[in-house]
Amino acid sequence: MKRLSLSQAFWYLLRRDLLLAFRNRSELANPLLFFVLVITLFPLAVGAEPNLLARIAPGIIWVAALLASMLSLDAMFRSDFEDGTLEQMLLSAHPVPVLVLAKVSAHWLVTGLPLLLVAPLLAMMLGLDTSAYGILLLTILLGTPILSLIGSIGVALTIGLRKGGIILSLLVLPLYVPVLIFAASAIDVAAFGLAADAQITMLLGFLFLAVSLSPWATAAALRMSMS
Amino acid sequence: MSALLQTRDLSCARDDRLLFEGLNLALNSGQILLVEGQNGSGKTSLLRILTGLSLPEDGEVLWQGQPISEVGPDYYEQVNYVGHHDGIKRDLTCLENLRLVQAMGKPLPIDLDDALDKVNLYRFGENFVSTLSAGQKRRLAMARLVVTEAQLWIMDEPFTSLDKASMAMFQQMFEEHLHNGGLIVMTSHHDIEMPNCDVIRLNLSE
Repeated sequence: MKRLSLSQAFWYLLRRDLLLAFRNRSELANPLLFFVLVITLFPLAVGAEPNLLARIAPGIIWVAALLASMLSLDAMFRSDFEDGTLEQMLLSAHPVPVLVLAKVSAHWLVTGLPLLLVAPLLAMMLGLDTSAYGILLLTILLGTPILSLIGSIGVALTIGLRKGGIILSLLVLPLYVPVLIFAASAIDVAAFGLAADAQITMLLGFLFLAVSLSPWATAAALRMSMS
Repeated sequence: MSALLQTRDLSCARDDRLLFEGLNLALNSGQILLVEGQNGSGKTSLLRILTGLSLPEDGEVLWQGQPISEVGPDYYEQVNYVGHHDGIKRDLTCLENLRLVQAMGKPLPIDLDDALDKVNLYRFGENFVSTLSAGQKRRLAMARLVVTEAQLWIMDEPFTSLDKASMAMFQQMFEEHLHNGGLIVMTSHHDIEMPNCDVIRLNLSE
């Protein structure tokens, strides 16, 4: 029997990770809960002054999204590393970067995509100008996959370390900053009724760059961590 | 004729400690290499180098005369590795695990229930791996040998937590593989007697 085609193997691994995530639903909810909690705490701490909240809403939402994404990163390869399936993945006859991309996609679907669903509610709570909702969703749609992709490189580099958590944050956070700046700025601009095309185009560029380059870097880093 | 699997002047160091050096091995189809040695003598390191997971300090591993780093995926396709970790997911059922194994390798046209039967896990197909005993997990890990096609089997302590009957069953399976032209490299703390096979022994402690 021939081995599976590459796209079949991709979908298979993606489905497996989604199934595993579904079976560990409680862990799945963690980043989402964090995202919601951080944002709901802000009006309590800063005070319910509508103008101020609306003004800082883009920043709050994006900082929370960034931290929520970082919080969930370690789980991306952790269990596979511990039970030896990561080893088997590296020994697969399929190209590892493609398998990595499947894993990162699954990770984004369970940690990034839910943020997209609750973001409008939270934006409403903060009193963000309704004209910026579209751009808000677009930045999350484009931005969170970049976070997962960049994060995967950091996780792959630190997975073999016993206390990789802090190094991971230090490694990944500087690379997250451009996404944070452009995404928050896009929402900001849109809230003032201006066009956010430039920022969105930048994010789109980052996304393409991350999709095309990071799986290779992650695969190489995994090989290094496993040897 | 040159051997299928060869190593050339292989050396391996761990934390500045030299585990072995100048290791020249040659293995042909039908041969089994038993790697022996004390704990920490580099058995697992050697096996991981042979799979390509780790890089040697010096020297190279050749498959059909070519360095494995150059052969790449075509080499991985020929290798079935059962490592120290079982490489199966606790939260998947036995059947789901086997399907995944097949998806990642070169699947054999075998019914998965039959495959489970071969490792004495028949009727455990829908059970979650987390409910299996250590020995049953090991048998499921070994089932990858049954469901995927590979000429070279590399196994790190395959008999850990297995009972006598299962050990005999797997030895039988190994003999069949060797008679069909396969190659095996394995470590084991158990005494392995395979009188009908071409056994090469390598002791890393000496």
